[in-house]
Amino acid sequence: MPELLLELFSEEIPARMQSGAARDLDRMTRERLDAAGLGYEAVRAYAGPRRLTVVVEGLPLAQPDRREERKGPRVGSPDAAVNGFLRSTGLERSQLVERDGVYFATTEAKGRQTAAVVAEMVPDIVRGFPWPKSMKWGDGSLRWVRPLQRILCVFNARVVPFDLDGIASGDAAEGHRFMGSKRPFAVRDFASYAAGLADNFVVLEADQRKARIQAGAARLAAAKGLALVEDPGLLEEVAGLAEWPVPLMGDMDESFLDLPGEVITTSMRTHQKYFAVRNPLGEGLAPHFITVANIEAPDGGALIAAGNARVLAARLNDARFFWDEDRKVPLANRLERLKGVTFHAKLGTMYERVERIQALARELAPVVGADAELAAEAARLCKADLATGMVGEFPELQGVMGGYYAAEEGLEASVVDAIRDHYKPQGPSDEAPTTPVTVAVALADKLDMLGSFFAIGEKPTGSRDPFALRRAALGVIRIVLANGLRLPLRARFAPKVAADLVEFFADRLKVALREQGKRHDLVDAVFALGDDDLLRVVTRVDALDILLSTEDGANLLTGYRRASNILRAEERKGPLPSGEARRKADAPPEETALVNALASIAPRVEADLGNEDFTAAMRALAGLRAPVDAFFDHVLVNDPDAATRDNRLRLLVQVRDLMGRVADFSQIAG
Amino acid sequence: MTSRPPLSFQDIILALHAYWSRQGCVILQPYDLEVGAGTLHPMTVLRALGPKPWRTAYVQPSRRPADARYGENPNRYQHYYQYQVMLKPNPPDMQDLYLGSLEAIGIDLALHDVRFVEDDWENPTVGAWGLGWEVWCDGMEISQYTYFQQVGGLDVDPVAGELTYGLERLAMYVQGVEDFKDIAFNDPQSADRKTYADVFLEQEREFSAFDFEAANVEMLKRHFEDVEREVPRLLAARGRQGQPLVLPAYDYVLKASHLFNLMDARGAIAVAERQSYIGRIRDLCKACAEAWLAVEGENAALPALGA
Repeated sequence: MPELLLELFSEEIPARMQSGAARDLDRMTRERLDAAGLGYEAVRAYAGPRRLTVVVEGLPLAQPDRREERKGPRVGSPDAAVNGFLRSTGLERSQLVERDGVYFATTEAKGRQTAAVVAEMVPDIVRGFPWPKSMKWGDGSLRWVRPLQRILCVFNARVVPFDLDGIASGDAAEGHRFMGSKRPFAVRDFASYAAGLADNFVVLEADQRKARIQAGAARLAAAKGLALVEDPGLLEEVAGLAEWPVPLMGDMDESFLDLPGEVITTSMRTHQKYFAVRNPLGEGLAPHFITVANIEAPDGGALIAAGNARVLAARLNDARFFWDEDRKVPLANRLERLKGVTFHAKLGTMYERVERIQALARELAPVVGADAELAAEAARLCKADLATGMVGEFPELQGVMGGYYAAEEGLEASVVDAIRDHYKPQGPSDEAPTTPVTVAVALADKLDMLGSFFAIGEKPTGSRDPFALRRAALGVIRIVLANGLRLPLRARFAPKVAADLVEFFADRLKVALREQGKRHDLVDAVFALGDDDLLRVVTRVDALDILLSTEDGANLLTGYRRASNILRAEERKGPLPSGEARRKADAPPEETALVNALASIAPRVEADLGNEDFTAAMRALAGLRAPVDAFFDHVLVNDPDAATRDNRLRLLVQVRDLMGRVADFSQIAG
Repeated sequence: MTSRPPLSFQDIILALHAYWSRQGCVILQPYDLEVGAGTLHPMTVLRALGPKPWRTAYVQPSRRPADARYGENPNRYQHYYQYQVMLKPNPPDMQDLYLGSLEAIGIDLALHDVRFVEDDWENPTVGAWGLGWEVWCDGMEISQYTYFQQVGGLDVDPVAGELTYGLERLAMYVQGVEDFKDIAFNDPQSADRKTYADVFLEQEREFSAFDFEAANVEMLKRHFEDVEREVPRLLAARGRQGQPLVLPAYDYVLKASHLFNLMDARGAIAVAERQSYIGRIRDLCKACAEAWLAVEGENAALPALGA
C-alpha cells in the first residue's frame, strides 16, 4: 500500500519544543486523514534539531467513492419542485427512480486522489501548527518556529506538488549541516529517506540520539574508571541539540572540586549542558565532564573538548568568586538586603515574608516537636541566601547554598539542615523532610505562601498556577503524612480564606490519594464529613477501604442504600419521625434485634471514633450487617399502622446516622 | 589544524568588515553617543522598521556601567565592542552567511562545534523582541542571532535579521586567552604590539570608579528630566520637508537610556522606581518608532504598515 512521507525542514528548532512538535504533527496528520475518510495502517512522527518528519503507511490511492440516495418530491408534484430537486442533485429526470410514489435520486461522489487531499492537508497543518512561539521571516507571511527552508512531500514515490508562501514542495532532503554531503539528495520513500539521512550523518529518531549519547557517555566514563551522573532532563535536551551527537570527555582543574558539588553540576548543566562524572564508589565528583558535540572532528574532538574545558573553567572561576565573596558575610547580615527584594507587589518584600515565616515556625514548633528558638532562627535565615552572589547567578541553588553558608558559619546542625531543606519536597521524587526544625520551617514557608496568595485573591485556576500553590499544598500534605502530624488546617489561616484553603487542600489530597491508587469515592465519602485534619482523613479512608473490602462491609453498604432510599422517599412526603426507636413487645424479633444491635454498637462506634481508632469503629459498624439484612428480609417498613411505621423509620434513621458518623456512604460508588 | 596564527583584535574587525562588505552591507562607523548595545544604533533600531531593504555592519562601543569591575574581572568590563550586522529582509541563507563570517575570522567549522541554541531576544526599554539563538562555539557563546519581530512595539515587516558578535569574547576564543586584558589588539609579532590592557585598562579603572562612586546622581536625574522633555518637543517640530525630527529625538532617547543606566549602577534607583523609568524610556522610543515609520511608510508609499 502507498506511503506518504512529509518533512518540514527548518532552521534550528528549540530543543524543548521538539517532542511536543512530533506529537502535534502525528495528531494533526491523523485528524486530517480521518476527516478526509482516508484509512491508514500506521503514522509515525519524528522531531530533531532541523526537521519534523511524519510517515504514513498503508494509505489508499484515493478516497473511497461515495454513493448517496436522496429522497425528492412526490411523483406528480409541480414541475418547479421536481426541477429544483434535479438542480440540487445534478441529475436529469430520466435518472430519477420512482418508489412508493416518491422520486429518489442516487448520486455518486468520486473519491478524490489521496495526493490531492495531501496537497491541501499539508499547508493546512503548517499554517495551523501550535508552536508555543512562532515568527515570520524575510518578506513572507508564513509563521513557523524558525524560518522554514524546505518541504519534502512524497506520496507513493511521487512528489505531491503544492506551494506554500513561495516554498514549493519537492523530494529533496538535506543531511547534517557540517558533516553531510552539502548537496540535497532525492527521496522516493521513507526507506530511501532514512538511508540518505544515515549516510549524511543525521540520526532521525530522538530515542536513538539519546541512546547514542547515553552509551557513548557511559563508555567514556568507564574508560577512566568513572561513572556518569545521570540526568534525564539534560539528556532529553542535548538530544535535541545535535543531529549527530558525539559525546566527548573534557577535563576540569582538580582545584574546582573544593566547590560544593551542586555548584559544579549546576554550572555544568544550566550554562553549558554538560554531564558531570563521578567516582563509581563514593559521592565525589571527578575532575572531568562530558559534553555532546554535533560533529565528529578529524582530531577526535581534541580542540572541541579543550575549548569547552576553557569555557567551563571561566564559569567555575566566576562560581568560585561568588563562593569566596559570599562566605565573607554572615547570613544574618544579609537580611537587610531582603528589604529591597520585592516578593510580590501586593505582598511586600521578602523581608516581610521572612518575618511571617519566622512567626509561623515558632508557632508550629511545639506541634512538630521542634525547639521553638531553633525553628525561629532557621526561619529567620532561610531566605538570606537569596541575597548572595551565587544564588543570584544560580537561582536553583536557593536553600542549598544557604545550607553551605550556614554550615561554614558553624550554625547548629538542625538549623543548617532546615535552611537547606525547607523548600522540600520539590517534586514527586523528592523526599519530605522529617527532622523537626526542618519540618517547622518547611511548613511555615508553604503555609505562608498559601495563606498570603489566597488573601490577595491569587488562587490557581485551570492550568494557571504561576506561584506553584498546588505544589505548596501538596508539600504540606506530604510533610504532614510523612511525619504523622496533627495539624488541623482551618486554624492555620485567616478566617477570611480558611474555608477556601481547606477546600483547596481537600482537592490536592484527593489528587494525591488517587495517585496512590486510593478510590476517589472513598476520599469523597470521608471529606464530606468536613474534617480538616489531613492525617485523620487519610486514616479514615484507609479504614473505610478495609471495611468495604470485607463481605460484611459490602453488604452493609447495600443495607445503607436501601435504608437511604426508603428514607428519601419518606422525606418527600413530610418530616421523618424524630427520636430513638423503642423496643416494642409486639414487634417482630428482627426489629427488636436491630434495636438491640444499635444500642450496643452505637456507643462502641462513638468510643472508637473518640479514640480515633477508625479500624475498630469500622469493625464495630460491620456488626450491623447481619441485623440490618435480617430486618430488611423479614420486616415491612411501610406498615399500615402509623406508630409501627414511625418506629421502623426511626430505626433506619439511626442506622443511617450512625454510619454517617464514620463516612458519608452515599458518596460511595459501585 | 589551522596553521595560520590567530587574528588580532583589530584584524578580526577588519576581516568582518571585508566579509560583510562583500555581502552588500553598508559599513558604518560607530554611533557617536553612549549606547548599551549595538542594536540601539539608529541604523539598526530605526531602520529595522519600514519597508525599505537595508544591509549594514559596524562596530559599536557599548557601555554598561553596572558591568564595571575596575578591570579586575577577566570577563566583565563596562566598555566593550559589539560587531553588529543587520540584513533586511533577512535572506534565506542568512545562517550560511553567518557561518561564512566565522570562517573568515579563522574558525574551522570541521574542527569546532558550532551550535544554534534557543535564545529569544528582548529589549524592554526599546519595546523590541525577536526569536533566534545564541551561537555557541565549543560551548562558548560567541554571537546573538535574532529575527526581529517587533521594535518600539511595532511589527517589523519585512523581518530584519540581526547578528551581534561579542568581539572581546570572540577574540579571546580565537586567540586562546583567558582574560580580556591579554587580548592581542594588533599584531602580537610586531614591535609595536599592544594588548587590550595597554589600550583600555586605565579607562576601565577610571570609569568603574565613575560608574559606582563618582557619578553625580543629582545632575544625572536633572539631565534625565531635561532630555525626556526634548523627545516629544522634537517630534512635534518639523523639518524643511515637513517631517518630524525623529533622528534628533531618538538621540535624546539614547541619552535618557544611558543616564538611567548610570543612575542604576550608582544604586540611585529604588526597586519601585525601576519599572517606571524603563516604561518612560520605552514610551519615548515608541513615539520615535511610530514617527519614523510614518515618514518611512509615506516615502515608500506602502499601505497598511503597522496596521
